[in-house]
Amino acid sequence: MVSASGASFLKGMLLGSISWVLITMFGQVHIRHGAQTGDHEHHHLRPPNRKDFLNISEVTFIELSKSIRVFCIIFGETEDESYWDVLKETWTKHCDKAELYVYGTKNDNLFNIERNDKWLQMRRTYKYVFEKYGNSYNWFFLALPTTFAVIENLKYLLFTRDASQPFYLGHTVISGDLEFVTMEGGIVLSIESMKRLNRLLNNSENCADQSVIWKLSEDKQLAICLKYAGVLAENAEDNEGRDVFNTKSIVHLIQEHMSNNPGQVVEGCCSDMAITFNGLTPQKMEVMMYGVYRLRAFGHHYNDTLVFLPPNGSKND
Amino acid sequence: MASKSWLNFLTFLCGSAIGFFLCSQLFSILLGEQGDTQPKILHNDPHARHSDDNGQNLLEGQMNFNADASQHKDENTDIAENLYQRVRILCWVMTGPQNLEKKAKHVKATWAQRCNKVLFMSSEENKDFPAVGLKTKEGRDQLYWKTIRAFHYVYDHYLEDADWFLKADDDTYVIVDNLRWLLSKYKPEEPIYFGRRFKPYVKQGYMSGGAGYVLSKEALKRFVDAFKTEKCTHSSSIEDLALGRCMEIMNVEAGDSRDTTGKETFHPFVPEHHLVKGYLPRTFWYWNYNYYPPVEGPGCCSDLAVSFHYVDPTTMYELEYLVYHLRPYGYLYRYQPALPENILREINQANKNED
Repeated sequence: MVSASGASFLKGMLLGSISWVLITMFGQVHIRHGAQTGDHEHHHLRPPNRKDFLNISEVTFIELSKSIRVFCIIFGETEDESYWDVLKETWTKHCDKAELYVYGTKNDNLFNIERNDKWLQMRRTYKYVFEKYGNSYNWFFLALPTTFAVIENLKYLLFTRDASQPFYLGHTVISGDLEFVTMEGGIVLSIESMKRLNRLLNNSENCADQSVIWKLSEDKQLAICLKYAGVLAENAEDNEGRDVFNTKSIVHLIQEHMSNNPGQVVEGCCSDMAITFNGLTPQKMEVMMYGVYRLRAFGHHYNDTLVFLPPNGSKND
Repeated sequence: MASKSWLNFLTFLCGSAIGFFLCSQLFSILLGEQGDTQPKILHNDPHARHSDDNGQNLLEGQMNFNADASQHKDENTDIAENLYQRVRILCWVMTGPQNLEKKAKHVKATWAQRCNKVLFMSSEENKDFPAVGLKTKEGRDQLYWKTIRAFHYVYDHYLEDADWFLKADDDTYVIVDNLRWLLSKYKPEEPIYFGRRFKPYVKQGYMSGGAGYVLSKEALKRFVDAFKTEKCTHSSSIEDLALGRCMEIMNVEAGDSRDTTGKETFHPFVPEHHLVKGYLPRTFWYWNYNYYPPVEGPGCCSDLAVSFHYVDPTTMYELEYLVYHLRPYGYLYRYQPALPENILREINQANKNED
């Protein structure tokens, strides 16, 4: 009798393992086909070409640089508090405005169910930001506390785009028939997307929790919600087709690229115009700050068409 | 009978649940291994003698960031190119047969290309790499022998091919363009050498070996001459200290390599160790060795830094990317130092001649 139940236990384990493998495999199949759906013609967004603005005067360049106003939302849990000070002191200074949105409280009571409902928190955050700041900013960038972002490169990507169009950009992932912007790479919404999102959040069931068996991540839920308003995700790339929103750190990407082609010389892992890297500790944030905004080679100059001044009273950039 | 099959069914369900759970845990553990598992290493030896490698992750292959030239079509490198012609630097990299593939290879794939001439110095010759054989043994106690032999080799074969002569380790990352900017204010005929200046043992100070140091042509001549006339000998195996003593004996000045705001340019550690306050404990040797008041935090390091040390292969590529590739578009850097007058004049002259 014991061996019979032992055998069925083992059979059960085998079935469990196989079903896990199958589920993860299908869940991770990424097929990039350029499916043409909806309002936008494009799924891949690239920065402008120099030729597009050769005729614009210098004064207009400065005006242009100022016309892109980016609001940064750092979205994290209370455990991430060690990050808050570092973020305030580093890259978020380059946003036109940045605010940290923490959810969950340290004083946990047993019934603090809300703490785990990240999608609810995200909805609340977006609603709050839109209501308070929707008039003063035209682009809204949401990032995790472990992300480092180069806002100047974000502005370069966006400055020829019309914010009154529904843009929803970042590092996209395709899951089934849903293309969504993954939170690790940062989520960019134009003011039009924020408007549409806000309208949906006010009175729609469509943006309620869509989880069926297990919890659907909040970035997926956002994509589903935005889809109802006709806002579709686009993957942002540089002119060579390389992602500018990265979900991993530079070191991680270097090691990944090298291990994919061991023993060979591989092409550089990352774009010169990269906007985000993720998975950084507070110490690494300081290194990035120095590496991006200060450390450089003497004698190399660029003929850029936008001008960004360093923030006031700052020592690390 | 019914209860038995019911029991079997239950155990089957249990088994499948556990199998499912175990698999996912196993996978997440495996994934967790990837990523930045950099242990916090404090290098307890001011004389930069490297401990034998504990078989750290061998980085197979190389990365070429320069393969993508189109990202640099808006780049103007006139000044960098002008300095390349005017301030000729020969770099020699201290390495060994066991490190050619592990470390020197990555130096070769990154910053070494920017030297006017680069030589890899090993105890044995390697025609393929290529590496020069100094006919010494390997080991910590051979460092000064290798240094003496290397400088003699450079003097015998390449004296007229360069104005300045840099020594670096195979785990030093050097920003050669910034070194040229630093040296452009001086003449190779001056008896002077630069690096990260340490204060103990030598009155005028001496330069840290790992952070790299660079001799003027005159300094190199005096160094070689010193051994001919036996004013200097192989007095110790502590390479940087011994060389520093010899420089003082031969009246070669220990230069101030700090930038125009007083920030250090040669660094004995990676950026993180200098930028993060409290990374190096107060009791660490470094605080007592630095010739100038040591600084941690953003004031530690010049925007135009010249070198970092204890750079592992992955960090070599990371620095290469941060220095020469990733940049904030349109950003007006705070620190905008000028070129020395004589070079500015020359560039203006060259531009006028082109018109």
